[in-house]
Amino acid sequence: MGSERAGELIREAQGEAHKGAPEFHGEYPIVVEHITNRFGQQVVHEDLSLKVKRGEILGVVGGSGTGKSVLMRSIIGLQIPAEGEIEVLGQSITDAEEDEDIDIRSRWGVLFQGGALFSTLTVAENVEVPLKQFYPELSDELRHEIARYKVRLSGLPEEATSKYPSELSGGMKKRAGLARALALDPELLFLDEPTAGLDPIGAAGFDSLTRELADTLGLTVFLITHDLDTLYAICDRVAVLADRKVIAVGTIPELLATDHPWIQEYFNGPRGRAAEASYHRTESGTTDKAGHDGQSD
Amino acid sequence: MREWADFETVEGEGGPVLRVSGPLTVAGIAPLDRRLREIDALAAIDISAVTQIDTVGAWTVWRASGELDARIDGASEKATRLIQAVQKAENTAAITPHRARLLERVPEAVGERVAEMGTGVKDMVGFLGTTIAAFGSLIRHPRRFPHLALVHQIELVGVSSLGIIGLMSFLIGIVVAQQGAVQLQQFGAEIYTINLTGRLTLRELGVLMTAIMVAGRSGSAFAAQIGTMKLTEEVDAMRTIGVSPMERLVVPRILAAVLMMPVLGFYSSVIAIIGGAFIANFALDIPFWTFLSRIREVVPMTDLWVGLVKAPVFGLIVAMSGCYQGMQVSGNAEEVGLRTTLAVVQAIFMVIVLDAFFAVFFTEIGWD
Repeated sequence: MGSERAGELIREAQGEAHKGAPEFHGEYPIVVEHITNRFGQQVVHEDLSLKVKRGEILGVVGGSGTGKSVLMRSIIGLQIPAEGEIEVLGQSITDAEEDEDIDIRSRWGVLFQGGALFSTLTVAENVEVPLKQFYPELSDELRHEIARYKVRLSGLPEEATSKYPSELSGGMKKRAGLARALALDPELLFLDEPTAGLDPIGAAGFDSLTRELADTLGLTVFLITHDLDTLYAICDRVAVLADRKVIAVGTIPELLATDHPWIQEYFNGPRGRAAEASYHRTESGTTDKAGHDGQSD
Repeated sequence: MREWADFETVEGEGGPVLRVSGPLTVAGIAPLDRRLREIDALAAIDISAVTQIDTVGAWTVWRASGELDARIDGASEKATRLIQAVQKAENTAAITPHRARLLERVPEAVGERVAEMGTGVKDMVGFLGTTIAAFGSLIRHPRRFPHLALVHQIELVGVSSLGIIGLMSFLIGIVVAQQGAVQLQQFGAEIYTINLTGRLTLRELGVLMTAIMVAGRSGSAFAAQIGTMKLTEEVDAMRTIGVSPMERLVVPRILAAVLMMPVLGFYSSVIAIIGGAFIANFALDIPFWTFLSRIREVVPMTDLWVGLVKAPVFGLIVAMSGCYQGMQVSGNAEEVGLRTTLAVVQAIFMVIVLDAFFAVFFTEIGWD
């Protein structure tokens, strides 16, 4: 598809390519090649390919049931595709050895839709779980300290540190889930609809937090969303899922230049226009989008 | 091979300077962190030789510099950025909520239990009242009666437990007959094995074992189902739509247990007698059919009535405690497990206590 080539041609990922991972220096931390996913008779993905660039925030959009979450689950190894290859940080997910698997899981963080916090542990203890799992040699003091500052780094107030998930609001649960996802200082961050169910202020806060963390920590972010504001505000590129494939990848202007009916309807519908308008309002007078300094803090 | 961060202390202007090298990341920091915590005086921390840094490394450097009042030298652009980020994220809150000391906690827990026992009994009576009220309103509005749910529960409580209850009863019949026969043989009275098996199973064991089985199988299921529905706010959703959870969830379950318990109890007794007859045929030379026809002569009809009167009461207790505990669930998934356990333990305990009362009662009124 024409737009796919256009996506390949876009600017370099804003000089952030050098920030991220120490060990892996490839340009594409996530490479999905020709995968097919089926559930019984139903084919969710067919010959789907996607590459995520180092240091970018890639937004993944698509109608309900187009397999956005399934794609994410395939990349993080929860769903083995029937066919095709997936490589994350230079390691194959589709035929990984058990040891390699463990290593790679310490290099990504995942935020599930509902937060998926362990309900019998406090927020800080939730953050400590991956630390204990992968780095048992850390001293208790350091582990507690890490948990504490990660909680604050995710934008939660101090009081939330020792609270149980059932005592948190929906937005705070997401932030707590983010704190746990960031526990190991991952290179990759997977976010599944992070702003769904949040109020506009909370959603905007979460967006700028994501952008700020991505810039400060040098993260590559794979972000599934329905939120047009999120796409405009923080995503470097957007991948569109439809017809069991990625039909287009690129910046929003590039996507608008394609003539796929779903993309046109998505971005030029009333909500798309409103999001675009509000984006331009906030952007005018500040830096261009590549700088991002306008939004971070 | 994993790389670890390392440091050496050298004398510099104004005091000792810490030279850090290697990867200052979560994966490589553990030994450095331990050693660093033992140092008590520093003028500066030089991190120019650090190969990698992440927020954990930045935090460690920043914490040490703050505690020891030391400068940070040679920070790269990335290190500076990360140190600023963790600086803003300082947090002194506790990891877990405050817990009292053991000496205070134990009396507190005991006191709470005692107080809870009072409210528990009150709540249970309240629940019984609400259930009766729900039955009442269903009698007044018979169109609302949840027929389908009742049939479904009857299937779950009754029909699908026939296999396991049958097997259990058959084995119990074998054990009672065989062990009884061994003892009775000493008096040459093994023919009384038939009396023993028949009366014991019909009067006591059949219904009691069935009640325990139903508590484990269905009482626990009631608590877990209703508890999960409470957690996912299904129960609240029903209320807002105007569907009473008592009528829709509790009534069919209680009714199913009350109706099925006598049937299952009788079935269990019959299978146990067949089990006894089966073993008697082989071990005692009492023919199978003789055993069965003798049962009719030695077991008084009142034994059957004793069993059948107790059964629905036990069913009520099992279903009530299952539904009650389910409705008490709030908070998290752990609570569902806790309440389910409680439902089963409570049900079995109360069934056995009541069984003792029944035993004395029926003997007193002459049904012995």
